[in-house]
Amino acid sequence: MDVLYFAWVRERIGVPRESVETQADTVAGLVEELRGREERYAVAFSDLSALRVALDQELAEFDAPLDGVREVAFFPPMTGG
Amino acid sequence: MRVLVQEAAFDVAQQMRDFGAPDMGAIVTFTGVVRDNDARNLTAMEIEHYPGMTQSALTRIAAQAQDRWNLGDVLVIHRYGRLRPGEQIMMVATAARHRKAAFEAAEFLMDYLKSRAPFWKKEITADAAEWVAARDEDESALKRW
Repeated sequence: MDVLYFAWVRERIGVPRESVETQADTVAGLVEELRGREERYAVAFSDLSALRVALDQELAEFDAPLDGVREVAFFPPMTGG
Repeated sequence: MRVLVQEAAFDVAQQMRDFGAPDMGAIVTFTGVVRDNDARNLTAMEIEHYPGMTQSALTRIAAQAQDRWNLGDVLVIHRYGRLRPGEQIMMVATAARHRKAAFEAAEFLMDYLKSRAPFWKKEITADAAEWVAARDEDESALKRW
């Protein structure tokens, strides 16, 4: 699946998007896998309360299933307006 | 309904020229402007967005407002990219039969754009660049709707 990062999450991880092979069932499982990869992921995902997630461009929760999902995006709380 | 996500500047008067409907007696417009920081040394505001999601999120918010307040017309424009202090960032316009609905719908749109539309602001000064943090008040503002 494609994993996208925005704002400071993108800056900490160092790429705006990447293709990820995962066995995780849920967003939380995917986060655990990413955290285990490298320090920059562990730093970016250190506090989930500071992050939001969207699945196929719809806001979702961290316990949401990844079944059939093609695009996951992680970003800080939005600041539009 | 018109929802525009764009880098270019917009002209409020031009946007209003064909806005509204014959049976709508009230039009409210709100324009958001890049505000300088307290130190008055902001050089730019960089606005990042999630291209695939932005248009659909804004359209959904506008459609909710249209249904709930029976709006005859609704407009949302939000810019992205590098903006300078004083530049217009975004605008909303609502057309309703009476003013109360037009004002309320505009406030609803603004509250939802703040924390449910995928934009992120970064303040650039001569010696720093800092992401604007979401405020708790912005999240709690949604509860009144």
